[in-house]
Amino acid sequence: MSIRGKAHIVGAYEHPARNLPNHSVPQIHAECAMAALADAGLSIRDVDGFFSTGQLGFGGVSLTEYLGLNPRYIDATFIGGSSYLAHVGHAAAAIAAGKCRVALITQGAKVRGVIRGAKHTADTPEFPFETVYGETNAAIYALAARRHMHEFGTTPEQLAAVKVAASEYAQFNPHALLRKPVTVADVVNSPMISDPLHRLDCCVVTDGGGAIVVVAPEIARGLNRPPVSVLGHAEAIKHGGRGPNDFTSTGAVVSAPRALAEAGVALSDIAYASIYDSFTITVIMTLEDFGFCKKGQGGAFVASGALGPDGVIPTNTDGGGLCNNHPGYQGGLVKIVEAVRQLRGEATPQTQIPNCRLAVAHGTGGGMSRQASVTLVLGRSDA
Amino acid sequence: MVETVETRLPTPEPFISPETAPFWLAAKQGRLVLPFCNNCNHAIWYPKAFCGACGTLNVEWRQTSGDGTIYSFTQVHRGEGPYREVESFVLALVDLDEGARLLTNIVDADPASLTIGQRVRVVFHDAGESAALPRFIPAS
Ligand SMILES: [Zn+2]
Repeated sequence: MSIRGKAHIVGAYEHPARNLPNHSVPQIHAECAMAALADAGLSIRDVDGFFSTGQLGFGGVSLTEYLGLNPRYIDATFIGGSSYLAHVGHAAAAIAAGKCRVALITQGAKVRGVIRGAKHTADTPEFPFETVYGETNAAIYALAARRHMHEFGTTPEQLAAVKVAASEYAQFNPHALLRKPVTVADVVNSPMISDPLHRLDCCVVTDGGGAIVVVAPEIARGLNRPPVSVLGHAEAIKHGGRGPNDFTSTGAVVSAPRALAEAGVALSDIAYASIYDSFTITVIMTLEDFGFCKKGQGGAFVASGALGPDGVIPTNTDGGGLCNNHPGYQGGLVKIVEAVRQLRGEATPQTQIPNCRLAVAHGTGGGMSRQASVTLVLGRSDA
Repeated sequence: MVETVETRLPTPEPFISPETAPFWLAAKQGRLVLPFCNNCNHAIWYPKAFCGACGTLNVEWRQTSGDGTIYSFTQVHRGEGPYREVESFVLALVDLDEGARLLTNIVDADPASLTIGQRVRVVFHDAGESAALPRFIPAS
C-alpha cells in the first residue's frame, strides 16, 4: 500500500505580496484558496477535503466557516513550517482511501503580532527550561552551525554560499523580497546575529501565504492543467525525548529515504530540490541527510556551485526562504509551489530546469532541539 | 559547591508547575537535580515525570555533579524578550557528566575563549521566590 500516483497536484499558488498590512489572516487564506482553485480549473464548491494548520481560531473549524466549505475530510496538523508538506501527504492518503476527492490546503500569515511556531503556553513542557536562557531561532541554529563547523570543518564562507546561490536565483523572481545578488563577502560582513550566523544567513520575514489543490486521478483527467503526481511522502520527528539530540543532522535522515522508497525513484533521478532554508546551515545539513553529498561534506558541496542552474542539484530556484518568501516563519508551502512550477515548466524562464520530471520538497518544522521533517517526492504524471 | 555569582544577564522567573517545582527549588538551594529513570537509569532532560527513553512513569529526582562539557555555544547579539536589552550573551548546550544535554548560558567567561569540549560547572542565579537558573562557568 502506498500513495504513489494516487493523487495529483492540479493547483498551486503563492501570494505575490510580501507585506500585507491591510489584509486579515483569513482573507489571505481566501485569496490564496481562490487563486489555487482557479489555477486548477475548479470551484470552491468542488472542495471536499480541507487542510490547514489550525493555528487560527478554533482549529480547522474557523477557516472552514470563513470559506463556507463543506468538507467530509478535515486535517489541522500543525508541525511548524513543514505542516503543508504533511498536508499534501495526508491529502494523498485520504484521496487514496476514498475519503475525499478535492483537497484544498491553505496558508495565510502575517508576521507582526503573531507568536512564532508552537504556542508557548504554561502547558508547553519544554518552554520553562529554554526561554529563560534567551533562546532564539537564530541562536538554536547557530548552535547547530558551530557544532557542524567543529565536527566537519565547515566554514562561514561555505555557509554563505547557500545565500549566494539563493540570491542569484532571486534576481529573476519579480516577487522576491530580496532580488539583489550578494557575494560571500556580503554575507560574512553582514551584522552578526548569533555567531557564526550573520544577518544574511537568516531567512526573510514576510507576510503572505499560498494554497495547493490535490485531487483524485479521475478529477485530474478532466482538467486542463498538467498534473503533478504525488509519488512519495514521509514524516519524521527528531527530538531529545529519548536522549541527547545531536545538532548536526535533521529529520531528513529518516524522511528522505522513506519518501524516495515510496516513490520508487533514486536520488540521482531528482532534477530539482526545494530544500527548507530557514538558515544557511539548514540547507547544508539537509542536503547531506538526503545523500546529495556525504555527511560533513555539505559545506564544500554548496561552495562548489552544486545548487546553481548547472550544479549537481539545482535548489530553491525561486530564491527560497533566504531571499524570496518565508510567510509567517513557515516556508513549507512555498517549497511545494516552486517544485510544482519546475515540474510544469512554469518557473521563471531564467531558472527553469529543462525537462524537469522529478523533484523533491523538504520541510523543516521547529528548531534543532526538536523538529519535524517532511519529504515529498513529486513528478510529472508521465515521469 | 554552592556558588552565587552576580550576573548582568536577566534572570526571568520560570513557569513552575508541581511536576517541575523540585528542579527549581533545588536550584534555589544550590543543587542541580534531574529526574532519573528507575528502570533504565536515563538522566531525563528537560525535567518531567516520564522517561521517554524506555517509556515509564517510574522516575525519581537525583542530585547531579553539576559538572559538564560544552557541546556547542553561540554568542547571541540579537536577544529577544527580556534579553533584548543585553548587548550579547552566550547560549550553550552543556553535556552533564550524568548524560543530559542542557540548554543554558555560559557566564563569567570571555566568549572568544570558549571552546567545544571545554569543561564547565554549574552556578545558580536567583530567579524569584522559588527558583534559580542553573548556568555554567568554565571549570578551572
Ligand atoms: Zn527509562
